Amino acid sequence: MLSIKNLHTSIDGKEILRGINLEIKEGEVHAIMGPNGSGKSTLAAVLAGRSEHEVTEGEVIYNGKNLLDLEAEDRAREGVFLAFQYPIEIPGVSNVNFLKTAINEIRAYKGLEPMKAKDFLMMLKEKQNLVELDVKLANRSVNEGFSGGEKKRNEIFQMAMLDPKLSILDETDSGLDIDALRIVANGVNKLKSKEKATIIITHYQRLLDYIIPDFVHILHKGKIVKSGAKELALELEEKGYDFIKEEVEA
Amino acid sequence: MNEVIEEKISTEYKYGFATDIDSDSAPKGLNEDIIRFISAKKNEPEWMLTYRLKAYRHWLTMEEPDWAHVSYQKPDFQDIIYYSAPKPKKVLNSLDEVDPELLKTFEKLGISILEQERLTGVESRVAMDIVVDSVSVKTTFTKTLAEKGIIFCSFGEAIQEHPELVKKYLSSVVPSNDNFFAALNSAVFTDGSFCYIPKGVRCPMELSTYFRIEAAGTGQFERTLIIAEEDSYVSYLEGCTAPMRDENQLHAAVVELVAHKNAQIKYSTVQNWYPGDKDGKGGVFNFVTKRGICLEENAKISWTQVETGSAITWKYPSVILKGDNSVGEFYSVAVTNNHQQADTGTKMLHIGNNTKSTIISKGISAGFSNNSYRGLVRIAKRAENARNFSQCDSLLMGDQCGAHTFPYIEIKNNTAVVEHEATTSKIGEDQLFYCKQRGIDNEKAIGLIVNGYCKDVLSQLPMEFAVEAQKLLEVSLEGSVG
Repeated sequence: MLSIKNLHTSIDGKEILRGINLEIKEGEVHAIMGPNGSGKSTLAAVLAGRSEHEVTEGEVIYNGKNLLDLEAEDRAREGVFLAFQYPIEIPGVSNVNFLKTAINEIRAYKGLEPMKAKDFLMMLKEKQNLVELDVKLANRSVNEGFSGGEKKRNEIFQMAMLDPKLSILDETDSGLDIDALRIVANGVNKLKSKEKATIIITHYQRLLDYIIPDFVHILHKGKIVKSGAKELALELEEKGYDFIKEEVEA
Repeated sequence: MNEVIEEKISTEYKYGFATDIDSDSAPKGLNEDIIRFISAKKNEPEWMLTYRLKAYRHWLTMEEPDWAHVSYQKPDFQDIIYYSAPKPKKVLNSLDEVDPELLKTFEKLGISILEQERLTGVESRVAMDIVVDSVSVKTTFTKTLAEKGIIFCSFGEAIQEHPELVKKYLSSVVPSNDNFFAALNSAVFTDGSFCYIPKGVRCPMELSTYFRIEAAGTGQFERTLIIAEEDSYVSYLEGCTAPMRDENQLHAAVVELVAHKNAQIKYSTVQNWYPGDKDGKGGVFNFVTKRGICLEENAKISWTQVETGSAITWKYPSVILKGDNSVGEFYSVAVTNNHQQADTGTKMLHIGNNTKSTIISKGISAGFSNNSYRGLVRIAKRAENARNFSQCDSLLMGDQCGAHTFPYIEIKNNTAVVEHEATTSKIGEDQLFYCKQRGIDNEKAIGLIVNGYCKDVLSQLPMEFAVEAQKLLEVSLEGSVG
């Protein structure tokens, strides 16, 4: 589904990613871990199409297409979803209106008619239950006045509504208490399928107790320095990031 | 980003077309003879001529104001035609008799009066008084309204048919020497709308006027007077478009609202006059005086405006809160793009006890434009327990434009509670990226964000206008953020 080859990027002339290689197949869950400043969020931003990052080398093939050639909105329409680390507030625009616009834009891209109001409402209800989102939140302005936990839950709700093929969760666990964490993780688990893939970017092992990854990759100074099964995350938790640094720099 | 802004600037004014209708015009220039000509053309009684001449003589002693945050080449008042009326002057009994060219013009604007009339029989709640080059061509719905005792007609007609009302209320809110442009209007206004809602009547439909500046080089001096008697209610809509012209066109209207005891007047404007081209050439100069008075207790006046047009906007719809417990509201969205300049806001003058006012102003600047909010809240010494809430937000698109806020607060009674909030924000790259990541492209995202930003104001508009206003915002800002 996703093939990242020797990806180098820089921002304001500063190199951040220094040769990322990663293969992701349908049905897989990949966790990307690493210390602060290792390039985790940059990788998410580059895949989603944030324009301030310059790709200096390498390629990203997504379902046979050169992902880097696509505009951010077209990547979304092709099924790439980013759950933001810091979800953005859009005052005055209701969640419902926002999602309806997004869904219909994606449908138009695929040559489909706008969704019928009745179908939309049914889907809304179903997905709300799935992520245990308060009905009131769906009608409020996008993320405006939401608590940290509500914002994160809203990201997963949007993910459920937009039904992406490749979901990238950027530190979705940060700022969540244990109950919220469980709800968010449950939502993600319910949305998993054989056709879809998930990239979980996280600092801590904690989320991976709930969403079991097939692979764990450790990012350090813009490179994947170690890959393994889920046990790697536990090892990391136990020994701390220093052991990676020592290993790499030794 | 700038490239896209420039691209947008090349977007042409959608409503730029001119219709060939012969005008019956006065010669260029202004003097007492021209005023006599206008008054005679309109077959006015002596007192109207006296009123006009008095205003004119006062105007001669006044200076064009320059305190607003706008800069422009002052118009040559001797180079303007002060009277022009469409040729077919015979009395019209039905829309069939209206000049077909005129009807075509309306069609281009998307206002089908035929449609409007066809719908009347069924459910339409909009009555329109159409003003082309200062003369009302046709007033629809008059009959339906007449049954309720509501008078809705052109100003000229009101002078003929209801002189006692005009005499009583004309310039009762905006004195003919109030300001330079109001004085000019009082001297030379040619037509406009008149509306009278009798005691206890709730006007069953939205009353609507579409203004349109048509003949080249013609100034437009509209006069509107709305009177709501005790316990009455009226909602009035004003929409404006002007065709594309190279020279600047002057527009100096005066609107007066009078609300008696327990009466409510809701006045909504959507204005998209020609803003000039991308270099700031051409466009309408809009110098308007709008003021309402809550004459007695529990009266309420609400101004709602969506301003996207004109090269220069100078406009401060105000409310004098004279009656106890009276309420004034001002909801405004002002959009400027390219080289447009807007200096707009409101005045809330609290005189009665327990008077309340709310000001919500949303400015949006793009391109090289300048957008200023200027507002005055004055609490008189005798006004006990007055309250005001003001919120003035500015949204910037791009880095070549300006947003300014000039709030003036004068409080002479210490029981007053006055709150003022102001914010300035930029349409963030973050917001746009967030939308894009959900599959929404730039244009749609801007529309969404801007409409969200203006929601508190748009929600005040009647349904018929809200949809139009939303579209207008999107069109006005097309491509203004990269």
